[in-house]
Amino acid sequence: MDAVRIAVDIGGTFTDFVVEGAAGRMTFKLLTSTDAPARAVLDGIDRIIATMGVAPDDIAAVIHGTTLATNAVIERRIARVGFLTTEGFRDTLEMASEHRYDQYDLLIDRTPPLVPRNLRFTVRERIAADGAVLTPLDEAGLADVAEQIRAAGVESVGIGFLHSYRNPAHEARAGAILAGLLPGVPISLSSDVAPEIREYERFSTVVANAAVQPLMAGYLAVLRDGLRTRGIAAPLLLIQSNGGLCDVGTAMRYPVRLLESGPAGGSIFAAAVAAELGLERTLLLDVGGTTAKLCFIDDFSPQMARSMEVGRVNRFRAGSGLPLRLPVVELCEIGAGGGSLARIDPLGRLQVGPRSAGSRPGPACYGLGGTEPTVTDANLLAGRLDPANFADGSIPLHVDAAREAVAAHIAAPLAVSGSEAARFILAMINENMANAAREHAIDADRSLSGRVLIAIGGGGGLHAADLARVLGIGTIVIPRDAGVGSAVGFLRAPMAFERALSWPQPLDGGDLAATRRTVTALIAQTLADLAAAGESAAARTRLTAQMRYRGQGSEIAVDIAPDDLAASDAAGRLSAAFAAAYHALYRRNLAVPVEVLAWSARSEIVLDRAVPAAPSRRAGLVEGEVRPGPAMLVDTGTTIIVPEGWQARLVPGGHIVLARAA
Amino acid sequence: MSADRLARQILWSRLIAVVEEQAKTLMKTAFSATVREAGDLSAAVFDRHGRMLAQARTGTPGHVNCTAIAARHFLNAFPAAGMAEGDHYLTNDPWLASGHLHDITVFSPVFRRGVLIGFFACTCHQVDIGGLGMGPDARSVHEEGLYIPIMPLARGGVVDAHLMRLIRANVRTPDEIEGDILSYVTANEFSAARLNAMLDEFALAHIEALADDIVSTSEAGTRAAIAALPHGRWRNHMRIDGYDAPVDLVATLVIDETGLLVDLEGTSPASPRGINLVLNYTQAYVGYGVRAAIAPEIPNNHGSLLPVRVVAPPGCILNVQRPAPVAARHIIGQFLPELVLGCFAELLPDLIPAEGAAANWGLQLRGRGERGPFNILFFNAGGSGARPSRDGLSATAFPSGIRSIPVEICEAVAPIVIHRKELRPDSGGAGRWRGGLGQTVEVGTRDGAGFELFAVFDRVDYPARGRAGGEPGAPGLVALDTGESLRPKGLQAIPAGRRVRVDLPGGGGFGPPEGRPADRQAQDVAQGYVTGGLS
Repeated sequence: MDAVRIAVDIGGTFTDFVVEGAAGRMTFKLLTSTDAPARAVLDGIDRIIATMGVAPDDIAAVIHGTTLATNAVIERRIARVGFLTTEGFRDTLEMASEHRYDQYDLLIDRTPPLVPRNLRFTVRERIAADGAVLTPLDEAGLADVAEQIRAAGVESVGIGFLHSYRNPAHEARAGAILAGLLPGVPISLSSDVAPEIREYERFSTVVANAAVQPLMAGYLAVLRDGLRTRGIAAPLLLIQSNGGLCDVGTAMRYPVRLLESGPAGGSIFAAAVAAELGLERTLLLDVGGTTAKLCFIDDFSPQMARSMEVGRVNRFRAGSGLPLRLPVVELCEIGAGGGSLARIDPLGRLQVGPRSAGSRPGPACYGLGGTEPTVTDANLLAGRLDPANFADGSIPLHVDAAREAVAAHIAAPLAVSGSEAARFILAMINENMANAAREHAIDADRSLSGRVLIAIGGGGGLHAADLARVLGIGTIVIPRDAGVGSAVGFLRAPMAFERALSWPQPLDGGDLAATRRTVTALIAQTLADLAAAGESAAARTRLTAQMRYRGQGSEIAVDIAPDDLAASDAAGRLSAAFAAAYHALYRRNLAVPVEVLAWSARSEIVLDRAVPAAPSRRAGLVEGEVRPGPAMLVDTGTTIIVPEGWQARLVPGGHIVLARAA
Repeated sequence: MSADRLARQILWSRLIAVVEEQAKTLMKTAFSATVREAGDLSAAVFDRHGRMLAQARTGTPGHVNCTAIAARHFLNAFPAAGMAEGDHYLTNDPWLASGHLHDITVFSPVFRRGVLIGFFACTCHQVDIGGLGMGPDARSVHEEGLYIPIMPLARGGVVDAHLMRLIRANVRTPDEIEGDILSYVTANEFSAARLNAMLDEFALAHIEALADDIVSTSEAGTRAAIAALPHGRWRNHMRIDGYDAPVDLVATLVIDETGLLVDLEGTSPASPRGINLVLNYTQAYVGYGVRAAIAPEIPNNHGSLLPVRVVAPPGCILNVQRPAPVAARHIIGQFLPELVLGCFAELLPDLIPAEGAAANWGLQLRGRGERGPFNILFFNAGGSGARPSRDGLSATAFPSGIRSIPVEICEAVAPIVIHRKELRPDSGGAGRWRGGLGQTVEVGTRDGAGFELFAVFDRVDYPARGRAGGEPGAPGLVALDTGESLRPKGLQAIPAGRRVRVDLPGGGGFGPPEGRPADRQAQDVAQGYVTGGLS
């Protein structure tokens, strides 16, 4: 058999497998083995070898994504972590940003830090903002700290000192001393994991790394060894939250980079589809059972952010979770999915979401005991779902239960018919998604107009056309295999390493030579990371500067050509690049000096992107056929609504394109 | 009919989304630290009569209805009949808008096919407005900076260059203020285009029916929330440190068949210094407290504000008259939500917390470093009051939504060293539920040179009180690192080689301390929140 590549995505319920080679693509699911997650993965690999005619030698790569690290943080199934910091700053992790994420709720709680106060230790040392040593490291004092750490039964240690992004010497020295005194206890340094200014975010990131390290390193070792004993010599690659792959050694050292890597798969998948179809500006819509996710994709790359939050107390409230300072795919999560509950609020207004019925009891129409109406119930009553064919027939839907739930909770209080009530629910969920998309566009510094919508997930095809209409979008793509998008996305991910560094400098009067040296070293580091992971092909590097007018509090990310930085008039070129980016966003430029706060470099190597041949029929369409709306296309894992005034077409590659009729 | 109703609900949520986008853009482009860190701003949309229909959720309580009232004053000064497309108006009049000269409001009509259909407004804090600067030192508003009466900023899309020159000439940071003002114009124009596109989509000529619907629904909802409460009168009296003499804040809550009234009779007279509040601003903070207590789900608009009346005798510190100084009005304003929540304590025993630190302890330092003079302000929060069902939040701001600025950022922009910023054990008031802890901050200059501290700290003489038998939180302390006391208010010189140390107040406890379960007491000691004895 020809070489194949295998993608494995561990989710809460199922572990998805995708096997892809020149001959085609096969997918299957196994139940996730929660107690020992590696078992289901290895069982699946055994099944591929036993039943698909794949020999261990045929396997070119195993690419893996998992929610294990994320769930460990959310459920606090983490190591007993100790944190060592600068004297005077024991509580930075607990004080966080000192603000309330909800202005009107008097009873809010804050997310407790991953390290309680009795496991937070301090040592005398101090580095200044410019990297100078103000107080030398109290090396003798570290012996006492090590003793306390040992006595407390700490399993993993994070170290975070002030200004270590500028001068990591004290962290490195303290790490070496503790490593000598505490054999077998892994140690994470903030200057290594996230060398960026803003102590709370950096400390939060390093303790998250330390907290999941014992668990993840153990798990990955079992997996790696299991592949070896099966005679599989191919590398085990892990998908990171930035949408790139890394080798298993890197993953063991920086397990925090694996957080939220699953959702990143969906955006890589969409980016690959965008590249295949030559769509330069797209918006991903991924509608699942509980949430919908949005991601801007420009020039075939998902938009990136420099931080994310995990473990929110209130899932849809920014600021209620733990911040992680990492390069991540920028996803906006909205409480709008098939399970979103509809209700009438005290003002008599219809509200849909963010509360969800989840999968248990689920929507009323599942017949599993749910009595409150959901979006799926509304879709069913509006005739947009085939009750016998939902989720490929795995869940039979009960129309009567949906009708009762909608009648009792929505239609009666509003004094409208059941079908009208269903229509209202769909209109509101659509509005919620559209409003979230507009706000996300502001947050993400992107504009919506002229984009193509790429819709995936079980509800993508149901809601895409409505959303497109409200957002003024005229073209939608429902890609092939939209239902297993994340795992397919893993196969399209590049090997990618990204490093960011805080380096505040004014454009005029800054030390340009030092900036050049620093940025050159940063790029070299990312290339060295790739080489260390065994990759030697030519890499593509993208350089980004975080810039703002002096005195502002928010930076914007500006792509910088390395040649511009090397040029003799570099300050002028950087300034022009910033002015253009700022004007595109806010339609103005100001007569205020410009400064750079940080640089980031991402080097990546695109691996084999060969896409297996696609079927020429899908959802009742033949390639090239144009189906005018209104129509409902029943597809594997989703239903596609083609409204009046739109038309659907199956294009080469197996994708369905919806377009407003001319 | 019902389809209309759905369309109106969609339009309503769309209006809120439009002003929310406007607010987020303003935060991203602002130069003022309090705008970007705390959302010290307001963005709102009005109907053609000047009734506020929606206000962004992003914003501080201090702006809740200042913007709503400002619209009325704009229309009195410049009636809608005389407005044309591309016109924009502005003011920073404390009595007509949001309470001090640092806030500039830009008010802009929206036209649809040549007909005026409504207005957008935004208010943002400026880095500088000339005068003495953002402190309580002035003896009249005239010393506090440039005073811009309501006047046209742009006519027919052309910004008044003379006015802009005048403004630029009066402030210390002309580029920033011009950039900010122009960004407000852009924001209002952008929102107007959004509103028109929305009306196109729904084939509507105006927003009259929508406006009536929003106002009547919100008013009815608020009245229903009030009707669920018993009739009666409840009084609360809170004494705080004030500037140079204690200030008594007194509120009487009256609920009867006409609605809800908060009467501030009995409150101390105006201060000679700039810690005074205009009535607009008082109404905003009191209104916020009322809403948090009874109807947090109802959006802010003309209708939801109607049933809640707030009155204060003219001349008291909460309703000062021109030309009283008002620049640092937030020092007192931040106590008003707790004052009014205290009135509700008997009515809503499961919701109303004990008192907390309330006012943020912003540390403002001035001095001279190697690279010239510096002036920095960084925010620090004390403890919040314990709640009837949980402990108070430590080092968490209430009511202001202000964020702290990272130590590393402070030290990167000013030649200072923050030697300590951590929780203050034993500062939370004891109780069945413990008050939130304050924090201790110690700061000096990098080179040891002397510097100036601009102090505006409260709850040093009068700590946060406990509720239902809970103990008070620890009072605040302001001192040198040698232990020598400093004054909690006013400009003071810190000698070379010395540091300033502040211990922020803790929150009050809730319920008698004997009622605290043993495991919680043990946990307090194990974590070092309490260093000895009972919590």
